[in-house]
Amino acid sequence: MSAVTPVTATYLESLLAGQAQLAASPLAWLNTLRAAAVERVGVLTVPTLRDEDWRFTDISLLTKMSFHPLRTAINLQAADIERFHIAEAATRLVFVDGVFAPQLSNIDINSGVLVSNLAAGGAACAAHLGRHAEFHNNVFAALNTAFLHDGALIVVPRNISVATPIHLLFIATQKDVASYPRCLLLAESGSAVTLIEDYVALQEEAYFTNAVTEIVLADSARVNHVRVQREGAQGFHIANCAVSLARTSNYQSVSVALGARISRYNLNVQMAEGAECAVDGLALISERQLADTHTCIDHAQPHGVSRQLHKCIVGGSAHAVFNGKIMVRQGAQHTDSQQSSRTLLLTGRAQIDTKPQLEIFADDVKCTHGATVGQLDSEEVFYLQSRGLSDTAARNMLTYAFGAEIIDRIPITSLKQQLEQTVLEQTASQL
Amino acid sequence: MIYPGSKTILEVRGLCASVSGTEILKGLDLTVKSGEVHAIMGPNGSGKSTFSKVLAGHSAYQVTAGSVLLEGKNLLDLPPEERARAGVFLAFQYPIEIPGVANSQFLRLTYNTVQTQRGKEELDPLEFDDFVREKMKLLEMSPDFLDRSVNEGFSGGEKKRNEILQMALLEPRLAILDETDSGLDIDALRIVSQGVNKLANKDNAMVLVTHYQRLLNYIVPDFVHVMDDGRIVKTGGKELALELEARGYDWVGAKHRGAAPKVVAKVAA
Repeated sequence: MSAVTPVTATYLESLLAGQAQLAASPLAWLNTLRAAAVERVGVLTVPTLRDEDWRFTDISLLTKMSFHPLRTAINLQAADIERFHIAEAATRLVFVDGVFAPQLSNIDINSGVLVSNLAAGGAACAAHLGRHAEFHNNVFAALNTAFLHDGALIVVPRNISVATPIHLLFIATQKDVASYPRCLLLAESGSAVTLIEDYVALQEEAYFTNAVTEIVLADSARVNHVRVQREGAQGFHIANCAVSLARTSNYQSVSVALGARISRYNLNVQMAEGAECAVDGLALISERQLADTHTCIDHAQPHGVSRQLHKCIVGGSAHAVFNGKIMVRQGAQHTDSQQSSRTLLLTGRAQIDTKPQLEIFADDVKCTHGATVGQLDSEEVFYLQSRGLSDTAARNMLTYAFGAEIIDRIPITSLKQQLEQTVLEQTASQL
Repeated sequence: MIYPGSKTILEVRGLCASVSGTEILKGLDLTVKSGEVHAIMGPNGSGKSTFSKVLAGHSAYQVTAGSVLLEGKNLLDLPPEERARAGVFLAFQYPIEIPGVANSQFLRLTYNTVQTQRGKEELDPLEFDDFVREKMKLLEMSPDFLDRSVNEGFSGGEKKRNEILQMALLEPRLAILDETDSGLDIDALRIVSQGVNKLANKDNAMVLVTHYQRLLNYIVPDFVHVMDDGRIVKTGGKELALELEARGYDWVGAKHRGAAPKVVAKVAA
């Protein structure tokens, strides 16, 4: 493990320096929120390996670099981003280095859903923004909130089912830029929607994405959340997502982490009575990548159901981290929770730190969890070789199959195919 | 079937092989000509399964002496995939499951890989679909098997049918069927055997590795070999299988070793 570099306050100060460039918003509540966040940034420090939540995740590389907020926005053409299009998504909001790009976006006005840039957000926005993703003890969420400006606001009205997915595309185009993507999804009671949160890059040098997403499900709402982190190879990606589920609502999420030099995804799910969630993840990394997923599913009320399958495929000298906490509070009787972490290590230098964590304070619950770490089975490789596949092709197929189990759960055919192709290429290139 | 003047497909001479330092094959000789069906029988632990894996090129087994020629070509120098492309096919006793990979995808990839290596045309997904459905009829397999993950949740009989389907697609010169009858009920045994019989022709050869005579009621061998302690110790016609069924293996092994019969309760390698 590398030595812990003490992080001085100057690093955060240098990041915050750009905050001054942010003009005050005409929305008073937004200015208040930002000010509260700026104050927290002044108090908090950047986590190191000495912090329990970061003990396997060395981000000293991030703190050695200097990033600045966007100075000049790049004017992308539709053709530049065409390859990121998802055919099924009628509504697409595009953010270039964190800035909303209306000319690249398309809003399907017939979908019945309200989609806009946060800057135009109204009362609903004021009531929820920054209320779910807490930033008092989270320096990255605080930084994001301090820079709150553009972002995606999606409100799905009561009992409306949105037929086609909504695609949020965050594109990084400039080196050394820190961007602060923000998303708020409000699914009103009985509504249903599929949201794709997609992080991509058009350049290969270092930059920093610090994203915050808040998803609020009212009674009986259904949200499908697909998250694809395919940042550039030298990018840094830190994201916090807070999901709040009201009674009998249902949240299904698949998150796939492929890119970035260092990435960290914190997912926090709050469960009300009879709420259900399925939280699945795949990290496919190689070379010197580090991908960390921290999740917490908090059963605070009875009759909640949660399912989680997290898989990592680690090649090269990459390092994956998974910490999955399931909290079952005292009143949360009849909670039904299953969690599983499975990891495939492709090389002797690949590393995983996995920690399923179950904390139960109720006495009538059904909870299971487990973790497996392994390598490809030589009998399986031999079987495929005996059918004419080369050793490499055999290993590719088995590795692909391991990841495909998660990708198969993405309910959008074209995205699924795209990612399956990526997994095939990525496994082929590292074996 | 024995054809006069047929070519030699497999020639094994003095084959010795070991696993983790333990010698299992101790000088095995076998000649198989095109068109022939050979059965290799023997008690558990006699080295039958080891022999099939050594022929297919399993890396856990080290060949320490002897030679194996496939149509005159040294097989032992080749990795498993090249043996498959050269025409060796092993139907596994325990076929593996690959969740996440559709059977159709797997079958097409193996078929096209082998076709390309043999300098033949690949089939696109639509052409392949027609082709494989035709082959599946041989084994009375429902087209549903194409959409399911490879062997995942298949019954014992379904897995074995899927093995023979792969054999039908890859058209080997030498097919080795390792305990293909194990775990099959009578109906499945009949279907699998019929499939094998339809695939046998004058240009290929079959080696059936089996513990029991039962399979040989359905696939009639031209030669029956008895293996014991890593060697073929007796060879006869199909009637030898019946004799073994009636008398057991001990009389053959005992004569060969010139020692007291040993207990035949070891777990197969």
